[in-house]
Amino acid sequence: MSRPDNAVALVTGASTGIGSAIARALAADGWRVAVNYRSDEDGAKATVKAIEDAGGTAAVLAGDVANGSVEELFTQAEEALGGPVLALVNNAGVRADNLAIQIEDADWDTVLNTNLSAAFRLTKRSLKPMLKARYGRIVNVASVVGPRANAGQANYAAAKAGLIGMTKTISHEVARRGITVNAVAPGFIETDMTKDLLVDVVKAIPARRAGQPDEVAAAVRFLASDDAAYVTGTTLFVDGGMSA
Amino acid sequence: MATAVTPEAVEKVVFDALPQFGADPADISRDATFEDLDVDSLDLAELSQIIEDEFGVQLKGDDVGKIKTVGDAVDLVVSRAG
Repeated sequence: MSRPDNAVALVTGASTGIGSAIARALAADGWRVAVNYRSDEDGAKATVKAIEDAGGTAAVLAGDVANGSVEELFTQAEEALGGPVLALVNNAGVRADNLAIQIEDADWDTVLNTNLSAAFRLTKRSLKPMLKARYGRIVNVASVVGPRANAGQANYAAAKAGLIGMTKTISHEVARRGITVNAVAPGFIETDMTKDLLVDVVKAIPARRAGQPDEVAAAVRFLASDDAAYVTGTTLFVDGGMSA
Repeated sequence: MATAVTPEAVEKVVFDALPQFGADPADISRDATFEDLDVDSLDLAELSQIIEDEFGVQLKGDDVGKIKTVGDAVDLVVSRAG
């Protein structure tokens, strides 16, 4: 089965970095894209403008995935773009790094809530239109951290590893309805969120460079495409070889 | 506006929905079990969604796990609406 013409892709945390690149890549592939943001309205508007300038369709979608109303996000996305949400990219993420012994409860909770629990709530809601359509694409943006250790990120690693476990299990539940659930696991990608980390890390990357947001977006674009209809429950590493 | 919950209305919605999950319309009756109709847990989750959209009655996973027959499902929806 192929994607309906009016299908909407909802990308969380899409105002900048990897999320913005994903939104642009999905729009280039014909999706109507809801560009979700929490605080960077200018970034979200710039992403929408870039999509529209390239001939695509997109709308900004304000909302904090960790604390806001999931129902409102979906209703607004579908009203703004005139179709059902048949692709969900759980990209919104935060970091609050520290050695485990120094991680405050609040920093544990914030990272787990945004990076994992919010992704579950959005995924659960997205299954309604996807089951109805017998078509859906869910892509969770995980990380090489989680499958691999990274000192100082116990909360982030737990959330991202959890995301991969959730991806696998939900993929089994809905596979027979034409819905795929996959993860991409970026390594070190040059974004605002990682700019303070990159200096020493590059030496540990087999490719000897940081990745670009567009390289992660290309993997998401594939997993969301009709070409990937038989790919589900997997994690695609985009990490210059780090996890191999 | 949700449809009023009567046993007849719920039965009609359930009977009408089951063929989309692969149930043979000739086999659908109040006494038929979901197992006999080859309706599985995901189908029942979807049926719950259809019922919620139509009648505004929310069924929990625990409730749905206990029902065996089409009649059980209809009775459950009617009792939850009360």
